Amino acid sequence: MTKLRHWLGTSDLAGIALLALLVFVVMPLSTDIFRLNLIGKYLTYAFVAVGLVMLWGYGGILSLGQGVFFGLGGYCMAMFLKLEASDPISTKIQSTPGIPDFMDWNQITALPTWWEPFRHLPFAILALLVIPTLLAFIVGFAMFKRRVGGVYFAIITQAVALILTVLIIGQQGYTGGVNGMTDLKTMLGWDIRTDSARYILYFVNAILLFAAIFACRAIQKSKLGTLMLAMRDKEDRVRFSGYDVANFKVFVFCLAAMLCGIGGAMFSLQVGFMSPSFVGIVPSIEMVIFAAVGGRMSLVGAVFGTLLVNFGKTYFSESFPQLWLFLMAALFIGVVMAFPNGLAGLFEDYVKPWLLRTRAKQPDVPPAEPVVEETTRSVASRTGDSVEPLPAPTAGRLGPAVA
Amino acid sequence: MSTNDDRKGLQSLSRRQFSMGLAALPLIGMPGLSMAAKYPTAQVNTTKLAVTDTEVIVGQLHSATGTMAISETGSIQAERLAIEQINAMGGVLGRQIKIIQEDGASDWPTFAEKSKKLLVNDRVAAVFGCWTSASRKAVLPIFEKENGMLYYPTFYEGLEQSKNVIYTGQEATQQIIYGLDWVAKEKKAKTFFLIGSDYIWPRTSNKIARKHIENFQKGKVVGEEYYPLGHTNFNSLINKIKIAKPDCVYAIVVGGSNVAFYKQLKAAGITADKQLILTISVTEDELLGIGGENCNGFYACMKYFQSLDNPNNKKFVEAFKAKYGAKEVIGDVTQAAYLGPWIWKATVEKAGSFDIDKIAAASAGIELKTAPEGYVKVHENHHLWSKARIGQIQTDGQFKLIAESPNLIEPNPFPKGYQ
Amino acid sequence: MTASELWNIVLMQGFAGLSLFSVLLLMGLGLAIIFGQMGVINMAHGEFMTIGAYTIFLISSLVETYAPGLMPYYFLIAIGVAFVLAFGAGWLAEWALIRHLYKRPLDTLLATWGLSLGMQQTFRSIFGAKEVSPTLPEWLMGSWSPAEGLDIPINGMFVMALTLLVTGGVFLMLYRSRWGLRVRATVANRTMANAIGINTRKTDRMTFAIGCGIAGVAGAAFTTIGSTGPTSGSLYIVDAFLVVTFGGAASLFGTVASAFGIAQAQSITEFFLNGSMAKVITLLAIVTILMIRPQGLFALKVRR
Repeated sequence: MTKLRHWLGTSDLAGIALLALLVFVVMPLSTDIFRLNLIGKYLTYAFVAVGLVMLWGYGGILSLGQGVFFGLGGYCMAMFLKLEASDPISTKIQSTPGIPDFMDWNQITALPTWWEPFRHLPFAILALLVIPTLLAFIVGFAMFKRRVGGVYFAIITQAVALILTVLIIGQQGYTGGVNGMTDLKTMLGWDIRTDSARYILYFVNAILLFAAIFACRAIQKSKLGTLMLAMRDKEDRVRFSGYDVANFKVFVFCLAAMLCGIGGAMFSLQVGFMSPSFVGIVPSIEMVIFAAVGGRMSLVGAVFGTLLVNFGKTYFSESFPQLWLFLMAALFIGVVMAFPNGLAGLFEDYVKPWLLRTRAKQPDVPPAEPVVEETTRSVASRTGDSVEPLPAPTAGRLGPAVA
Repeated sequence: MSTNDDRKGLQSLSRRQFSMGLAALPLIGMPGLSMAAKYPTAQVNTTKLAVTDTEVIVGQLHSATGTMAISETGSIQAERLAIEQINAMGGVLGRQIKIIQEDGASDWPTFAEKSKKLLVNDRVAAVFGCWTSASRKAVLPIFEKENGMLYYPTFYEGLEQSKNVIYTGQEATQQIIYGLDWVAKEKKAKTFFLIGSDYIWPRTSNKIARKHIENFQKGKVVGEEYYPLGHTNFNSLINKIKIAKPDCVYAIVVGGSNVAFYKQLKAAGITADKQLILTISVTEDELLGIGGENCNGFYACMKYFQSLDNPNNKKFVEAFKAKYGAKEVIGDVTQAAYLGPWIWKATVEKAGSFDIDKIAAASAGIELKTAPEGYVKVHENHHLWSKARIGQIQTDGQFKLIAESPNLIEPNPFPKGYQ
Repeated sequence: MTASELWNIVLMQGFAGLSLFSVLLLMGLGLAIIFGQMGVINMAHGEFMTIGAYTIFLISSLVETYAPGLMPYYFLIAIGVAFVLAFGAGWLAEWALIRHLYKRPLDTLLATWGLSLGMQQTFRSIFGAKEVSPTLPEWLMGSWSPAEGLDIPINGMFVMALTLLVTGGVFLMLYRSRWGLRVRATVANRTMANAIGINTRKTDRMTFAIGCGIAGVAGAAFTTIGSTGPTSGSLYIVDAFLVVTFGGAASLFGTVASAFGIAQAQSITEFFLNGSMAKVITLLAIVTILMIRPQGLFALKVRR
């Protein structure tokens, strides 16, 4: 336990423990399966947010095309599920039984060869991991080797998202078009629409998410993580020290893409359909906002942020149908203006000092000293860098750049 | 978490509704009371739907925000009007209808989420909603699994039939074939240029149109073009039309593209005196955005126009304008949406029950003599028998009725020979 | 098909390309100023355009009701009003939001995204969710046909003339005015500019507001060729960003060149292929070129 605490740092441990409590105990016990399935859906977005913390918070690279990878992963899984749902018996009213319904509507009479391998689950799983990663590698390699970064990278990823959306919609005979792939029913004969399946998928999803968080945490704690931070803040110095900066960037971009792919696949499984509306620019930006609300430097914060924004969206739109867009707008602007480090930043700035103070009053809690050391270090790495030196309370009062 | 809040909200609401119902009793008078007494809740609601002795809850699921709000607002208004009128007449089986409105936000996954909420959490007795095919496809598996009832108002591509959906709009053949035959007969059109926004409805509709033109009319399709949704530049397309010189342009452009398409057509000198254009995607609602002066003289094939001259429609238009303002217009889909609650009411009363299975079974054969479009009847395949009409666009944004099919056209969602 | 018909088509297709060029340039121009000169990513650019479109709608309904005699002339004045309103809205947005975020350019993206959501809902609350259609003056509609079978759209020519005017104006302002001098100084070196007495705060606000004002003009002009609704602006935003990025952010000349290139590529591919494929091919070409020349077509040489 102490080892774990040392490895993670207290605040992270507290955050992860809180999240685990929430996801594994509180939510399954307090909500019915409908809401839990909804939460499961939100948690699939959390994969993207976690990836963005690595990419944006640590790597300093903002991608506005993460929906592409989410969508690719989702489509790989959906293709497998769709093929299973389109067996010749249940599609016998079609003019060509045995192929997905949307192909039949588009006068395609045989399954295209590139669909064939998706009959096998292992291939689909491999594909949903490899295809997003490969695309990220190609885009990332081309861009980072040429030192494209910042805003340009964001815009180019946007263009990629746009291209893929137009392609998917335009090739509807092969992809299902705007409607996407709907009516996914079973996985290897197991009905994914039953309540028990939903419970199982929810927990599988949650476990995968925690695995992803731990893996990312391990990377952050490694030499690679330190290098990434250094690279984000002073890229040239890292380059001059003999490191090939581009390789790290490509790596973290691929990592984020793979996480998105997993999230997308879990989405297809839990929601039972996949559509191009996840691939486009709007969802990609929304996913960035999840990470921003949670705190772009905190893995756990990103998950909380995703949950909060989506709860907000669902709750506002159910309770104030006329006003909910205003409330969402206020949320985005408020987070950026007042809490640039998101929920995690709030925790660091307000809750933690208070926690430390209360703890200092109780001398019988043993490991006070190393804890303080640990936290100051992590606070420094969070807010004390040159890129975003804005302590939350004064952020609104700082003048423009030259002040 | 939020579930508890919801339930609390529901209870307090129903309590309020209950007292309101009591207050309204003298107004409704004895028939309402006796109806409710005649149909005890235990009998009419055996599947735990949101039906009490005094009220029944239905869902309404459209996009109030996002790009589709432009089109779906009319449907929201029409359904609310119908429900209000039904309530004023004493409700359904003596129960007042209460609406839970959800916003699909022009986003198909949101439609799926909200439909699940309406069916699982709120246990609504029926849902009036959806507009685009994509949103319907997204919610369809949920309605089938949770056994709900959806009244879907839009004309659409067909190739679908479900126990859990009543399609109050036309399927493709009801809208396309009459129009093409009319153009071929009255305007002697032999060559056609098919244009569509790039998604399933225009593509499927054009597929049916092409088969009909080539196999049944022995005409020729000289061009078929698709543009992404939201595309705003059609000058290259217009030049292609000029090269192809078709007798008739058959256009299924939707949304924001629609406005750009017609404005640019007019600017390129393609007006009604030089070119015949038949569309199945422009209603009075779209004309608000396009402006009648930009496309007057073109033809549309629909089942309903606001200008229809019959007593039902007169009453409907008056009530609609009284509720929403004199400037509002009513398009084909808006009228189809208005039919939804009325058909549901008639079905519930025929079945003597709110249970979904009984309604699904009782739907076939339901007639509506009071429909603004005239007489309609529900087919066994859950689509409506309805007429097809050709209207010519006028500068004031209304249609002039030019022709109508002599009989009701049978809905045929899986047309043989058009696959 | 005769030779003269073919010639007409070639002419009209050429005009289609030029007309798309002016549309792209006009929508990119305001963004180029804000994004290129200030590095602010304004996701609400489309909504500032919508302000312009609704201005035309409002004024056209007012004129139609109260002074129908003025119908032929109102449009030009309304464009001026559109500029003023969008300028004002931009000024306000800069004061309330953007000025706090200059050190965090990527955050402006999130804040302005929120802003655009809020603005869309505002339009919806004020004007209703349905699209509206402003009544345009007669002379703006229809086509000019100098020869049989040759139709040149008048609204296209109008947009082209307006684009020429606005682009010329922006170049003049940027390279021949005090404000332009200050803007360029601020872009080149903010601290130094501040040190020699340039009020960079005021310059920033002015720049942002002018960019938004030009968006308003663009939106107003596009009522002649496109739709007016709460979400109309979102139809343009991505194209506008592509134009600016492709051109190279800090270079106005680059924006002009890239608008020209993209417009020609798109209108020619559209002519020979179908619309959806044309879009994909154009975008792919843009991305490929951007990968080879990430700084865009024309970039200022900046030491990094």
